[in-house]
Amino acid sequence: MPPALEVKDLTTRFRTDDGIVQAVSGVSFSVEQGATLGVVGESGSGKSVTFLTVMGLVDPRQADVTGSVLLHGEEMLHASQHRMREIRGVKIGMIFQDPMTSLNPVKTIGWQLEEAVLIHQDVSKKEARRRAIEVLKQVEIPHADRRVDDYPHQFSGGMRQRVMIAMALINNPEILIADEPTTALDVTTQAQILRLMERLQQEFRMAIVMITHDLGVVAELADEVIVMYGGRVVEQAKVNDLFAKPEMPYTWGLLGSLPRLNSSGGRLEQIPGQPPSLLHPPSGCPFNPRCEYVMNICSEQLPELDPSPVGDDHRYRCHLDDETRARIWTQKRAAMVSEDAA
Amino acid sequence: MSELLVVENLQKHFPVTHGLVFQRQVGAVKAVDGVSFTVNAGETLGVVGESGCGKSTMARCIARLLQPTGGKIIFDGRDITTLNRSDMRPIRREMMMVFQDPYASLNPRKRVGAIVGEPLEVHNIGTDTERKRRVQELLEIVGLNSEHYNRFPHEFSGGQRQRIGIARALAVNPKLIICDEPVSALDVSVQAQILNLLKDLQKDFGLTYIFIAHDLNVVRHVSERVMVMYLGKAVELGSRDQLYREPKHPYSGALLSAVPIADPELGRSRKPIVLQGDVPSPLNPPKACPFHTRCPRFVEGKCDVDTPLLESVGGDGTHLSACHFPLEHWPMTEDEMRRVQGATPVGAAD
Repeated sequence: MPPALEVKDLTTRFRTDDGIVQAVSGVSFSVEQGATLGVVGESGSGKSVTFLTVMGLVDPRQADVTGSVLLHGEEMLHASQHRMREIRGVKIGMIFQDPMTSLNPVKTIGWQLEEAVLIHQDVSKKEARRRAIEVLKQVEIPHADRRVDDYPHQFSGGMRQRVMIAMALINNPEILIADEPTTALDVTTQAQILRLMERLQQEFRMAIVMITHDLGVVAELADEVIVMYGGRVVEQAKVNDLFAKPEMPYTWGLLGSLPRLNSSGGRLEQIPGQPPSLLHPPSGCPFNPRCEYVMNICSEQLPELDPSPVGDDHRYRCHLDDETRARIWTQKRAAMVSEDAA
Repeated sequence: MSELLVVENLQKHFPVTHGLVFQRQVGAVKAVDGVSFTVNAGETLGVVGESGCGKSTMARCIARLLQPTGGKIIFDGRDITTLNRSDMRPIRREMMMVFQDPYASLNPRKRVGAIVGEPLEVHNIGTDTERKRRVQELLEIVGLNSEHYNRFPHEFSGGQRQRIGIARALAVNPKLIICDEPVSALDVSVQAQILNLLKDLQKDFGLTYIFIAHDLNVVRHVSERVMVMYLGKAVELGSRDQLYREPKHPYSGALLSAVPIADPELGRSRKPIVLQGDVPSPLNPPKACPFHTRCPRFVEGKCDVDTPLLESVGGDGTHLSACHFPLEHWPMTEDEMRRVQGATPVGAAD
């Protein structure tokens, strides 16, 4: 059975007045049906543009896209607009970060949910409404049969995000792409939404792509993780392996810079500088200008995504040799653990 | 340890009016509804709570950017609650704020030098040359290049802009800096830089911080003492260890339980407490205990009738909680929470 989504060597470049923005460069990954892929990255990592490209939401008049996007084995990348409209909202659902800007403020949520059904399915309005109420119940909106006629502003932030999830699910997609779905929400609401997504995934065997900068969310939900930086995948692994033995300096930096619930307030590991410009990306490894362990070769040659000593499933980009990397991580790990114990 | 700030029963109610010509008050948004705490010189008090709990409003009341509708604010031994503008002016030098949004808190039409130097100008400190030198010194202190003096905010990243905001707060050597979500808008790797900077500055300049955030990990990292707020009230107040190791209020427990843990094995082995429903509106807060509508330990007839007071939960009196049935131990699952000793809560399993 082919993976739900398979992306191979995806590259997206935007033509702008200032030059070419290399938003996504050679990104590859796959998501199995029923599994969750975590996509971790900060501003400018290319994580959002990757999935806008996958969904065909990137304007071909401004962007050059190459590579391959296979949805259950079917090539989507240069599919016709007509085919994309059949796929978006039906086979792939997408939810975005800010529910208030994603919902139309002058239409009831019932109208918006029904629209999602009627555009893609040949059913009556009555059936569309029935389906709208059903999906609102599935996302645990109380009094769904009444609230279906309310407007977005009559819902709280957490409720609106549930409505977004309902809209993404209404046509039973095989994959759900969630771009920072809980970043704008309070932590207790976030917990509710994450529980909900887990439950829905189990019930419907959906594949989920969870795009986030929050490593805690990734640790809780993801089966596999890819770390993106400067438009590229710099590490990918099963979630336990990524947190147990990260293999490259950016990932070490990310893990080390997290204040943890059991930390005693020592200095946090900080990554100096800021994410690279994608207009003029660094040559060689995208992380080299900020890397504590940089060598000459790092700005000359992009490291390949090599398998780790542990296995093929875990891949990383770095010119440092296995021994050095293992030694550095052991040191960093020890420092983090001793801080926890203090 | 001297008390730099004492807040007694602080209240900020915003009136809700009806009608255009004759505005009748028909209700009030009780944004801050009776909050009391102290902050000792040199320490960091973390304030946590979710949207609508009143923490930002409280910060603005303390800084007298808003006028409290009740209670007292005593800063450095002086009651500043109702001081007029000119009397408040010298106090403002001692109490500065750093805001959340590094894009909104800097005047986009002013150069960085002018932004950081503005407090010096307002308070008439130094000559022009001395001010310029001081600003350049401040830029270096916060990790920026003093040559950036003539640049505009839009030329900087979010993290750098936050550094500019911090430099501005430091300019007049304040005693207290109120940080309102200073790192929430920043990427994780930049967040660490700013947190480290704030800690270094505290040590170097003997600063006292009130650090407001919704991220419990961040608050844990920077604070010596922590206050948890819910719907305008303080529900728990204690040392960092007291709150994080032995929370007493069910809401604190739920908050701690909801924080995702960046450790897949640890995170997935626990059963978090998931609260039902949403935070009620501060226009119409629940009677008595504000948390009772969502509390797993809710006991009908008590929690919705008697308002719990912020009281000591034993020990040396430094750990306070506003709950009739504080948690007996920690960690606890939701089921364990429902089994209140000495009463039968609504919805408890038999």
